[in-house]
Amino acid sequence: MQKVFERPKSLTDKPFHYCPGCGHGIVHRMIAEAIDELKLAERTIVISPVGCSVFAYWYFATDNIQAAHGRAPAVATGLKRANPESIVISYQGDGDLASSGTAEIIHAAARGENFTVVFINNAIYGMTGGQMAPTTLVGQASATSPYGRDPKFAGHPLHVSEMLATLKAPRYIERTALNNVANLARTKRAIKKALDLQQKGEGFTFVEVLAMCPTNWGVDPSEAVDWLESSLMPEYPLGVYRDAAPGEVK
Amino acid sequence: MKGNEALSEAAIRAGATLYFGYPITPQNEVAEYMSRRLPTIPGGAYIQAETEVAAINMVYGAVATGRRALTTSSSPGISLMAEGISYLAGSELPAVVVNIMRGGPGLGNINPEQADYFQAVKGGGHGSYRLIVLAPSSVQEMADLTVLAFSLADRYRNPVMVVADGNLGQMMEPVELAERYPSEVDHASWALTGAKERPGRTITSIYLDADEMEAYIRRLYAKYDEVERNEVRFEEYLTEDADAVLVAYGIVSRVVRSAVEELRARGIKAGMVRLITLWPFPKAVLKGLAERVRFFLVCEMSMGQMVEDVQLAVNGQRPVYFYGRSGGNVPTPAEIVAEVAKRV
Ligand SMILES: Cc1ncc(C[n+]2csc(CCOP(=O)(O)OP(=O)(O)O)c2C)c(N)n1
Ligand SMILES: [Mg+2]
Repeated sequence: MQKVFERPKSLTDKPFHYCPGCGHGIVHRMIAEAIDELKLAERTIVISPVGCSVFAYWYFATDNIQAAHGRAPAVATGLKRANPESIVISYQGDGDLASSGTAEIIHAAARGENFTVVFINNAIYGMTGGQMAPTTLVGQASATSPYGRDPKFAGHPLHVSEMLATLKAPRYIERTALNNVANLARTKRAIKKALDLQQKGEGFTFVEVLAMCPTNWGVDPSEAVDWLESSLMPEYPLGVYRDAAPGEVK
Repeated sequence: MKGNEALSEAAIRAGATLYFGYPITPQNEVAEYMSRRLPTIPGGAYIQAETEVAAINMVYGAVATGRRALTTSSSPGISLMAEGISYLAGSELPAVVVNIMRGGPGLGNINPEQADYFQAVKGGGHGSYRLIVLAPSSVQEMADLTVLAFSLADRYRNPVMVVADGNLGQMMEPVELAERYPSEVDHASWALTGAKERPGRTITSIYLDADEMEAYIRRLYAKYDEVERNEVRFEEYLTEDADAVLVAYGIVSRVVRSAVEELRARGIKAGMVRLITLWPFPKAVLKGLAERVRFFLVCEMSMGQMVEDVQLAVNGQRPVYFYGRSGGNVPTPAEIVAEVAKRV
């Protein structure tokens, strides 16, 4: 009998610790599949951020390193410059990447570092209990915006893919979502494309994934998919934001 | 050679062909030297980081591959590196950080000071860890102690800090350097080189379980005990018959040496203990001297940060006095002579 659903070799057999309906496990699996399909397992180093995915290293059967909050792109820079043969994946949440580590992500992108960032945007600080993130929507209630994010006091959400696309150095930037089968396939394709470009030494690659956090959004897993579609996707349009040779104006 | 160049060239010859840093006076010569030399060396890279926060995390990534890397900064920049240094210690990674100290707190000034002693020796970052701290007092030592820093970092898998000041960085003296200072330590058992013909491995500093965390901290402290047993380094100058022992490190020890000579010329039996390692601290030699000398005088370019460690070592057996200048003022031999003379 043919197995249709097999565990990727780059994924350990440890069961995910994530909440039901969380996006992290889904994206972990896609990354592992892409690593396997491109045969990169023996060269890959995955960076676990500070956030719910701090233990991403429990799941990737590759080499792993845990980074301080927001600093993963700097750690990735060090790893990759020290060993350009390696494949480096900086896996980060939105609090990590778009708040604590804003300087690190912008400058790694501006230098055109040859590594891949997988950016899990769930519009919330998951790990610390659902506080407002820089990506939290206007009006979205969170543990620290109990009346909804008020733009008068807390400003407006940060659009990281759009911001990075203003730079000339990045090779590839795409935003995808985990809301339906077609977008799951797009997400997987984007991750694989990013890793393939990295493998070819083409430069900085960035995949932003709009992901569910039912626990901290205070909804059940299926409502979370609905909310992602009805609220997150209009604020964060999906699509390819940059696909050009470094230095090329697009 | 200038002190800052000597340390740069020594680092390169020790194989640290990766440099990450952010401009700050008075250590810019290092970055300038590295940006000139490293791109010409195979596998070498100079990266001007966006901040010192990024620089230390680039070091964290680079040394995780088993290669040697260097970052240098000056006081405010070292403050920004505190979190990263704690992570390096917590992940047991060998890294070398150089602090060419300047005046503080705050923006302070760019003059030489030794006011980062507490930061270097007592922690600076969060959590239960120790840094090995080396203090050169000549241009030759700027090179030699940089080489030693890499070797100790490798041996103990721990960050090592070299603390100097703007004077030593700018000072010109002849230097002898070996062609190469290769690492004696093989990092193959832990470095992240890709899971080829072996299972994947992880570098991390998180331990959720209290007992697991405690066991890990005890393991770190067993290592620090070993460092204290093996790596204390200092120089004794005319202490055999001394009544007054002066304690100093770095640039101040040069002034103290002149003061000791002047005191001897006047018939006052003075001597000096010059620290080479600020941590591990040379407790035993000071404790031993406390049996027979009349008093100690600690001289620093700070308001007296090392004086507490001398007091602990001397443990009330003899008076421990302090003389220091601040703001970039360097104590003069005459000032120090007067401090000793008035007490004998
Ligand atoms: C320097 C520092 N500041 C704050 C924290 C606390 N902290 C842990 S996780 C986290 C937020 C993570 O949120 P995000 O990056 O969105 O990841 P998620 O958990 O949502 O996947 C914060 C602020 C920390 N560990 N270190
Ligand atoms: Mg988040």
